[in-house]
Amino acid sequence: MATGIRDKVVILGMGCTRFGERWDAGGAELMVEAYLECIQDAGIEKKQIQAAWFGNCFPEIGLGQSALPLSVSLRLPNIPVTRVENFCASGTESFRGAVYAVASGAYDICLAMGMEKLKDTGYGGLPEFGSNAGPRNFLVQPSITAPGTFAQLASGYAAKYKVADDVVKRGMAHVSAKSHANGVKNPKAHLRKAVSEDQIMAAPMIAHPLGLFDCCGVSDGAACAIVTTPEIARSLGKKDLVSVKAIQIALSNGYEFGYNEWEVDHFVTTTIASKRAYEEAGIKNPREELSAIEVHDCFSITELVTMEDLHISPRGGAIKDIMDGFYDADGKIPCQIDGGLKCFGHPIGASGLRMIYEMYLQLLGRAGERQLKDPKFGLTHNLGGFPFMNVCSVAIVGRYGK
Amino acid sequence: MVGITAYGGGIPRLRLNRMAIMQNMGWFAPGLFSAAQGERSMCNWDEDTMTLAVGAARDCLKGMDKKTVDAVYLASTSLPFSTRQNSGILASALNLQESGLVTADVTSSLKSGTTAILTAIDALKGGEKKSVLVTAADARPTKAAWFFEMWYGDGAASLLMGKDKVIAEFKGAHSVSCDFVHTYRGAEAKFDYGWEERWIRDEGFTKIIPEAMKGLLQKCGLTMKDVSKVAFPCYLGKRVHGDIAKTIGVGKDQLVDNLHEVLGDTGAAHPLVMFISALEKAKPGDKIILASFGQGCDALLFEVTNAIKDLPQRNGIQGSLAHRKEEGNYAKYLKFRELINVEMGIRAEATKQTALSALWRHRKMVLGMVGGKCKACGTPQFPKTSICVNPSCDAVHSQEDHEFADKTGIIKSFTGDLLAVSVDPPAVYGLVQFEGGGRTMADFTDCEFSDVKVGQKVEMSFRIKYYDDKRDFHGYFWKAVPRV
Repeated sequence: MATGIRDKVVILGMGCTRFGERWDAGGAELMVEAYLECIQDAGIEKKQIQAAWFGNCFPEIGLGQSALPLSVSLRLPNIPVTRVENFCASGTESFRGAVYAVASGAYDICLAMGMEKLKDTGYGGLPEFGSNAGPRNFLVQPSITAPGTFAQLASGYAAKYKVADDVVKRGMAHVSAKSHANGVKNPKAHLRKAVSEDQIMAAPMIAHPLGLFDCCGVSDGAACAIVTTPEIARSLGKKDLVSVKAIQIALSNGYEFGYNEWEVDHFVTTTIASKRAYEEAGIKNPREELSAIEVHDCFSITELVTMEDLHISPRGGAIKDIMDGFYDADGKIPCQIDGGLKCFGHPIGASGLRMIYEMYLQLLGRAGERQLKDPKFGLTHNLGGFPFMNVCSVAIVGRYGK
Repeated sequence: MVGITAYGGGIPRLRLNRMAIMQNMGWFAPGLFSAAQGERSMCNWDEDTMTLAVGAARDCLKGMDKKTVDAVYLASTSLPFSTRQNSGILASALNLQESGLVTADVTSSLKSGTTAILTAIDALKGGEKKSVLVTAADARPTKAAWFFEMWYGDGAASLLMGKDKVIAEFKGAHSVSCDFVHTYRGAEAKFDYGWEERWIRDEGFTKIIPEAMKGLLQKCGLTMKDVSKVAFPCYLGKRVHGDIAKTIGVGKDQLVDNLHEVLGDTGAAHPLVMFISALEKAKPGDKIILASFGQGCDALLFEVTNAIKDLPQRNGIQGSLAHRKEEGNYAKYLKFRELINVEMGIRAEATKQTALSALWRHRKMVLGMVGGKCKACGTPQFPKTSICVNPSCDAVHSQEDHEFADKTGIIKSFTGDLLAVSVDPPAVYGLVQFEGGGRTMADFTDCEFSDVKVGQKVEMSFRIKYYDDKRDFHGYFWKAVPRV
């Protein structure tokens, strides 16, 4: 009988680069930067790493396919290294691979690396692949972009709950303003500037009703984790341990896009993955028990509806909670305390591990100016693809043994 | 009885005010003023001869049994492909049976529309064919600031020809074929080249058309007085058209308007467009002459029957002319026709190669908007897949073909995207829920973003999806048109 991942694996060390337009660094340099912080934090030597997973989404504009970019960049000693790609969940997928490998007993110590080098395209936004997106997709898929597909949640949500468009827009603006306020305090964030709700609402339109500040940045970055068993961590002299409480992935099966029910108002996958994650972590009431959350705020509207899909805000109640400051830094459950995708930007493969990195720091009391008081459970969430067809990951980390 | 069993119109929604051409280019070509009355139709950026042809043919087949169509003739002088039969694209877009169907492109002359009709009549009379779809369409490229730009319009017309429930009986025809070159376009050229209009009027229109009509009337044992309406094209404006009619003995009340002020000359389609505009107002017993002009003239006589009263409702020419939006921005017209070189950004440089093998495999889905309907649970779905999308069904290999092109839909969500590459930003698209079930994410077209709402009705339209300029390939797919 499967028992889930709770408390079977702990994080031995983590590292994360400064995110941003890293004109100074390619994918290899970013990975080395994250790795050096991580291995130092773990307090082990390279040769103790027995297997590695590499999360990376767009090898076409990075270092190419396979896991070789990771093994070569870190000069890993011919260990098994696997590249995983699952859209924006790629980073969390690499973490899942490493964690499961340790939990299986196949290895003692594993590494997960997420990296994306996006700013080598020559233009803003995510790369455009044209017919390289797949011969069939190219023939029938509308000329969609990420903001254009996520933006539709706003019209679907407003129609479903009969909320005025400007009320949704104001709720979205608060989401972004809150994240910008948090990002100011994070030296590793890409954007470190406070922005007011009014500024956000007046910004140029990207994909209606998403303005510039409703969209996260596009940036370069890498984040890394080394995981092991609680016993080995203790034997290495680690006292405060952060353990994995849950990792869940849920993928669309075409229902949203192809069946007649979904109303473009929520994420089917997040609703399912978060429920499974709470069960795996032993969380009964997420609104009461979660200490902090890092969710996939690729766009402000994504974060807004995700508050409901995570079963924290009631259906149709996210805007009220958001405007009440429930998710602000001084609210009941701070959301994006590190600044989120909004301020970090979104190097696809790295984001999931970047979120876990923040929760790891918070749980160990190492978050500096951003430190929350006595956090217990930190949830991270990624949403890759489009609202109508996507990959969702939800991970929960917490203090080991508590 | 052989004749016409249905008709359809395909005039694009946009109309360029001719004064917009004058205002922008009059400094350079002041003579254009003489032709600057009214408006001409213009393709949206995602329309061309092919999409107009599909629109007219769909209108024509409304309420008709398309399963019996056994030949498709497409007449035009501005087809997207030199090889790859364009009528084959049309047949696929209409999701006609592939087996037993003859398709043919009739081209290279402005009289190709009437020649296609004559060929259809021959096939029907010979008994080989039962129902022939004749579609004529043109959207001809023209140089900026020249009379062709003023005179020409874009449009299509379609006639279903058959033997049952004939609404206009074929009574006879006479053709004159001669190498009169008033305009021409070389095989490698993009634009028409033409000779002096006065010569074309005097030696061409005024001599060749009456010769064909005279032959027709003689064959039919009639005189011009027996004819109710005479439709012959003349692209040289309304006044010249009227002058020619007078010279050749066609009375004012007999002459079918050449639609210069509201449409422009639609090339190979124009004789059919004008003829249909007359048919729409005709009474049973009316005799109508349909004549063309281009390297000769085909003149045909039809007599309207009682069955015209039973023809199901359609847009026709009147309806598609009434569905209009004026475009006063000449620069937009120039961009839509790729007459100015606009920076589209690096994002637009992504490769657009068409996998011909994938297109073949998915031809019904791509060109015909054919999805599936589960035989087990009845769920319509797009695309058709191996396993039913209904989570409580999950049946395997249970889907039969299901057409979505003629279904109306409701907008469930939408956006206006300024990041996406678009000729006419914002790119408007959203989720469409079809009446009776099934849904898809679709590009929207022929709409103003500010008018789009959740819950709004849409209809599907066959449009240009992409143009691969590196390989000269026109890619087509279906888009949603919000109803205002």
